[in-house]
Amino acid sequence: MALGGGETLEAGGDRAARVMSSSSSKVDLVMVLLRVLALLATVSAALIMGFNKQTRTIVVATIGTTTVQATLTAKFQHTPAFVFFVIANGIASLHNLLMLVVSFIGPPKLFERIAPSAIPVFDLMNVAIVSGGASAAAFMGQLGRDGNSHARWNKICDKIDSFCDRGGGAMIASFIGLVLIIIICSLSIIRLRRYNTI
Amino acid sequence: MILSKRILPIFLLRLLALGATVSATVLMVTSHDSALVFNIKFEAKYTNSPTFKYFILINAIASGYTLILLFLSCKSSFGHLILALDLIVTLLLESSISACIAIGQVGKKGNSHAGWLPICGQVPKFCDHVTGAMIAGFAAALAYFLILVYSLHNLISLFTLNT
Repeated sequence: MALGGGETLEAGGDRAARVMSSSSSKVDLVMVLLRVLALLATVSAALIMGFNKQTRTIVVATIGTTTVQATLTAKFQHTPAFVFFVIANGIASLHNLLMLVVSFIGPPKLFERIAPSAIPVFDLMNVAIVSGGASAAAFMGQLGRDGNSHARWNKICDKIDSFCDRGGGAMIASFIGLVLIIIICSLSIIRLRRYNTI
Repeated sequence: MILSKRILPIFLLRLLALGATVSATVLMVTSHDSALVFNIKFEAKYTNSPTFKYFILINAIASGYTLILLFLSCKSSFGHLILALDLIVTLLLESSISACIAIGQVGKKGNSHAGWLPICGQVPKFCDHVTGAMIAGFAAALAYFLILVYSLHNLISLFTLNT
């Protein structure tokens, strides 16, 4: 599969670095744009959920003239699903950032040979990680919002409404990031075809 | 590092994934237990939670897809379509097992901050079945990820780029 007229046979790593750092083709530009958007989405999802906290004081009973109050705190660390969500989005944003840097300045000299084949594999892993985190948080949020009458678990979102709202916002950001990451992964695999010399 | 027999590893992996997805579906569907707490019958079935229903749906779809592809694995004319479908199925399997583990953890340990008591003490058979289904589902997700990387390698010969 010829890569372009007038190209001499150079060392594979050299050619890979040149092709990868050139942003003249349209696909490269689209990829960079998508990676920036995906980075924004995953970073915002991780940050919104990471700073999600709500404290509410409710009056439980009134004994005589003194009121008995209970303090209800909701933090994301209370639920392992949300902890996994934050960690997964953190890893995904790190990956997006790294890939963004690599698409601008090319892979480091040590990895030049394996970079064209390693990047789609890393993109695949990114898809798996983000999908796992987003869906775990989504189902846990559904449990918190609706409760489960069979297990005698009451819904808690009516008491800690802004926690639930912010959590929902983080999940939406993560799902948008997931769609973008799937598109990035597919483009990354399609882009491999021009490296195939067999 | 060219693999001389490219079809055999994928075939074995698909066989393993078929076994894992079928057993995950069957184990989750047959999970059923009931307990008598203060004269109230407390029944636990997979239909009680939308997460488990989603898990069964995804694993059933994945096992049907794997079965079809087992017979189609000799032909490689649809390579790109199969790669795209593999990506989608891996994604769905991964998300279903992740959600199940999240809900299962709440069922086993409860959540003291939300006032949710663990239910595994009252319905141990249900919990064991669900745990087995989740192990099978995890094996299926792992097998499908390997299948995905192998499909990619078959299509584009990953390890011999730029030589």
